[in-house]
Order: sequence, then C-alpha cells, then structure tokens
Amino acid sequence: MRHSIRIAVGPVQFRIGSDWAGPVAALGHLYAGYPQDDTRPADATVRLYANRPWRRWLRPSVHIGGDYIVPDALPLPLSMGLLAAEMGMNLQVALGWRRHLLLHASAVARDDRSVILSGASGSGKSTLAALLGESGWRLMGDEFTLIDPASGDALAFPRAVSLKNEAIAEVEARVGPARLGPLLAGTPKGDIRHLIPRADAVAAMHEPVRPALLLFPQFGGAPAIERIGQGEAFVRLTEASTNYIALGEAGFAALTRLVRETPAFTIAYPDSATGMSLVEQLWALAPR
Amino acid sequence: MSAIRTLVELLAGCRNAADLAPREWDGVIAVARAEALLATLAHRIDGAALPEPVARLLADARAAADVATAQALWEAEMARRALAPAGVDFVLLKGAAYAAADLPCAPGRQIGDLDILVARDALPGAEAALITAGWEWVKEDVYDDAYYRDHMHELPPLIHKLRDRMIDVHHTIIPPTARPSPDAASMLDRAIMLPNGYKVLHPFDRMIHCAAHLFADGDLAGGLRNLWDFHCLTRDFQARGDGDSDTPEGALGYDAWLGDMRARARLWGLGPAVRRASHLSAALFENAGDYRRLSLGDRLFRARLLARDDWGRETRPFLRLAFYIRSHWLRMPPLMLARHLWTKWRKGHAAAR
Repeated sequence: MRHSIRIAVGPVQFRIGSDWAGPVAALGHLYAGYPQDDTRPADATVRLYANRPWRRWLRPSVHIGGDYIVPDALPLPLSMGLLAAEMGMNLQVALGWRRHLLLHASAVARDDRSVILSGASGSGKSTLAALLGESGWRLMGDEFTLIDPASGDALAFPRAVSLKNEAIAEVEARVGPARLGPLLAGTPKGDIRHLIPRADAVAAMHEPVRPALLLFPQFGGAPAIERIGQGEAFVRLTEASTNYIALGEAGFAALTRLVRETPAFTIAYPDSATGMSLVEQLWALAPR
Repeated sequence: MSAIRTLVELLAGCRNAADLAPREWDGVIAVARAEALLATLAHRIDGAALPEPVARLLADARAAADVATAQALWEAEMARRALAPAGVDFVLLKGAAYAAADLPCAPGRQIGDLDILVARDALPGAEAALITAGWEWVKEDVYDDAYYRDHMHELPPLIHKLRDRMIDVHHTIIPPTARPSPDAASMLDRAIMLPNGYKVLHPFDRMIHCAAHLFADGDLAGGLRNLWDFHCLTRDFQARGDGDSDTPEGALGYDAWLGDMRARARLWGLGPAVRRASHLSAALFENAGDYRRLSLGDRLFRARLLARDDWGRETRPFLRLAFYIRSHWLRMPPLMLARHLWTKWRKGHAAAR
C-alpha cells in the first residue's frame, strides 16, 4: 500500500497500510513513544483503503480491511481516518488473537496487581481507566485486557485511549495538549479524542500483572457497590470476551480461574471523581 | 517474489522457512490467513527455525485449529445423534471427513460448515430429524428456498439454534443443473466405514469431489486451500502404495488405481476437472513452480488461484469477475441462468427501494 506504519501494542505487532498519508501520520504522532522494532514480523495486518480509485480524492472515504473484516461495515470520511485505523486494529485483535483470553475491559495496575473494569460502551470504563492512569495507577489499556491462560496473569494492551464526548474535557483539564490527538468531531461514536498513555505505562506494557479486582462499572445513579458471585462474574465476562468460545477448554479454564481468584463487584457512580474514589475504596479492602 | 508464491513454495517444501527474511513473513502470514491456510502452513513447517514472533503466532494458529477441529468433530457427533435414531445413513464430506479419517490434509485445515451426503430419498427424513434436534432454516426467502430444493445438490443451509453451527445436507456433490452428472448412489455405495463409526467417501470419490468442488462448481474463492487438499489426497494415495486395503483395485498399484479413479471421473463428466486439479496441484506443490507444462487454460486458473498481493488483498478484478460469471455458467443452462439472474435482480431492486 502507498503508506504504512508498524505499531506494537502489548503483545501484538500491527502493520497498518493506508491509501492516504493522513491516517498514517496521525498514528505516527500517537504512537511515536512506543517501542519500535522494524525487523519484527507483523501479527496482524490492517488496511485503510479507497473502494474505488477515484474515492482517494473525490469525497474520500476510508474502508476498513485487514486479515479479518466485518462484511458491510460502513466506511468513514477521511477526516476520521484515525478512528478507522483504531477500529481496524481492534477488529484484528478481537477476531484474530488466540494467545490470550481477550476481555473487552479496561485495566489499571498498582504494585503488580491489577483492577479490571468490564462494561458495555457508555459504562465509563475507558474514562475511569484514563483518569486513574493520571492519578498514580499504571494504565494497562482502555479497550482490551488479555488473560494469559497459562499463568492467569493480566497483560496490558495500552493503545492510545479513545476518549469520547464528556470524557474529553475531563482529561483535557489534566494533561497537556502534547499527549492528545486531534479532536474528531461528530463521528458515529460521538466526539473522539485520543490520549497518549504516560511513557511509564508504555514502557511497562510487557509486564504481566496479577488480577486483584474485577469491577463492572455503571455510569449514572447514586454511588453503590455490590459484591457479585463467581457465577455472575463468569457469565458477564463470557459476554465481554471476543474469543472465549474460540479458545475452547483453555478459555473456560482461564475464565473460571479468574473469577475464582478475583473478587468481583458492580459499582454505580454519578461522576468520575466518585467512581475513582469507589475504586480506591475497594482497592484498600482487596485481599493481598 | 510475491508472498503468495512464497506461501506455495513453503507448502510445497521447496523453500526453507528458515531462509525467509523476517519481514517477508508479513505478507506470507497475511495471504495465508486470507486463503485459510495459516494453520496448515503452521503444521507444514512445524519445527523450522523461525523468528520468535512467527514461531509463536504459528503455535497459536495450530492450537486454535486443534480447538476448531474438535468443535467440528463434535458437530459431526451431534449430527450422528440426530440422524442415527431416524435411520438416516450419512457420509461426512470435505473438512469433517478429512479430520474424522485423519488424512494428511487434516492437521490445521480450517473446517467451516458440516457437510454431509445422504441418499436423495432420505432427504425428507434427514431434514425432519435435524429440525427436531434443533437446527433451523437460515434462508427465509421463498425463492431461495425453492431454488435450493429444485435445483441444488443440497438442502437450504440449516443452523443449530443453540450452537450456531451450520450443516449442509447434500444429496449429490454438484448442482444437478450443471452438466457433469456424478452418481451419488454409487458414491454412497462405496463409502468407507471408519473405525470411529463415521462414513467417508471412497478415496476415489474424495479426489473427484475435491476436484469437482474446485473446477466444476464455484468461482475458485478459497481455491488454493482446496488445491492443497487435492494435493494431499493424491499423496495419501501414493503413500499407501497399494491403495486401500479394502478395495480390490488396491492390488493393481498406484498408477492403475489412479487410472481407475480417472475413468470413474470421466464417466460422470468430471474428467476435465480431475485432470486440471492434477496438473495444477503438481505444478504448484510438486514441481517447484515449474509451470512450463501447463496449458493456456491451466495458466488462467493458476493466475486466479494466486490473485493476491502482499497485503492479502484480492488482485486481478477482471479475472475474478470472469471466474464468477463462469461459476454461474457452470451451474445452470443459459435460459435458466437468465431467469435466475432476472429474479435476483428484481429482488435486489425491490430491496433497494
């Protein structure tokens, strides 16, 4: 392809090709501080392409392709090329990665132990993880948390955090503009702006961490904490995993071990500050 | 060299995997994934000295394929439990058959739907038994449903409502509206019972089915994988030397056996498909990419089979389109094709509005 870039996030080496220079330059800015090994072969290929040759210039629209594709996925305008790249990278991991049990969850770590936050879009898991990552925690990732079936450890996937809507202003108030990507206004997912994780979080991205807490956040409503049983945590996490079925017995073993060894809670919170304090409160009580 | 040519040479064993430059793997992995051959490649070059990330990725692919194969065989078991009490005798086809019989092409081979063959007069019984056991129709459309029942070699696809897996119940191996006319009754007759209780096609018919699927039906999508199957089935033939112990032909030796297989294919109008499969699998996977003896026609097929670039993208759009048109041309006589396309076009038009 005309333009390309290689990016390593956690254990995954991506190769991203594009018909346009723009998305590649934007990725280059977001991932400039990530480790770079040009000889390492790619685990996953993403392609950003124009469906017809003239659509490179005429109302340019970015189709998302790669090793794995979603049929009939709608293209995005070139101004949202960065979002297309992010979606393409997520797709390859969600559908193609088999080395670890994949949880659609954010995670943060402290003292070699991690808090895993799982929830649907809008639950605030990305925002909470991003804010905790600026307040004494190591950000492990805002989208995927990987569980190693052999050791039971959690592994980081610290891609650039995808901040949405109100979360943008909250984070803008805390970090300098050098750590933020361009504002992508009015995307199909709302306004989006990417946050570059702190350098120490990127440097530590290969270090496995013991899961210590499983949280299911729910944004909105009065502050509340509720302990949930292993069975419920298990079912919630099978729904949050993109490769649980494909992994077969290994996935079942990894997930049962996770819910047996890790206390799980739902938390409801009206605002980020409360959410963060609930996490700290549970952390203080978590078994060591 | 293009990545897809490298992939072919790695499968053929005429290129040493340890000699690839690290970044050559980018393309090889992408095209192998696109052709559903990554786990096959992973088994083929298992043990080679590879860059560590490649070795790990290929180990992942092998492990994933093991799980997928176990799931596919479980699906065969589910079909057996549904059909046996109803007295429906069935034969496993393609991927599930290769896995059940543990053929050389089985390790790492991707298995999609469960394909089975039953006698034509057993179709209603099979359909009823499967529906009782939890399979459901996928195609709601009246025209599609009627088209399958009147003109296809299989029932409309069924999906199991709990396991979300598809079963294709065939009564022959290519559409009855196509020109070749394989004798399904004879195939069922000669099917082999495996020690594990499943039936698979006789080795002749496995090769004929594979070649028919490749060159007498369809547009060659996924063709490289099917050609690799054919190559492995050929090698399986050769490795046994005396053919299959439970067939009298075995005593005659490999060449005579191959001759018998070809005669059977010719009888059904599938001689050209088998010939083409033999030529192309030999050229790609045995003769180290020596294409000099290929006819002009074979070369067009070769170009179609290898139409992918180093990013895994499809190339040669006009050739692909030509093969797509050919697939419809093979499937039905011209008048019927015109009627079919007209109905489909009108439906597409109505849906668009």
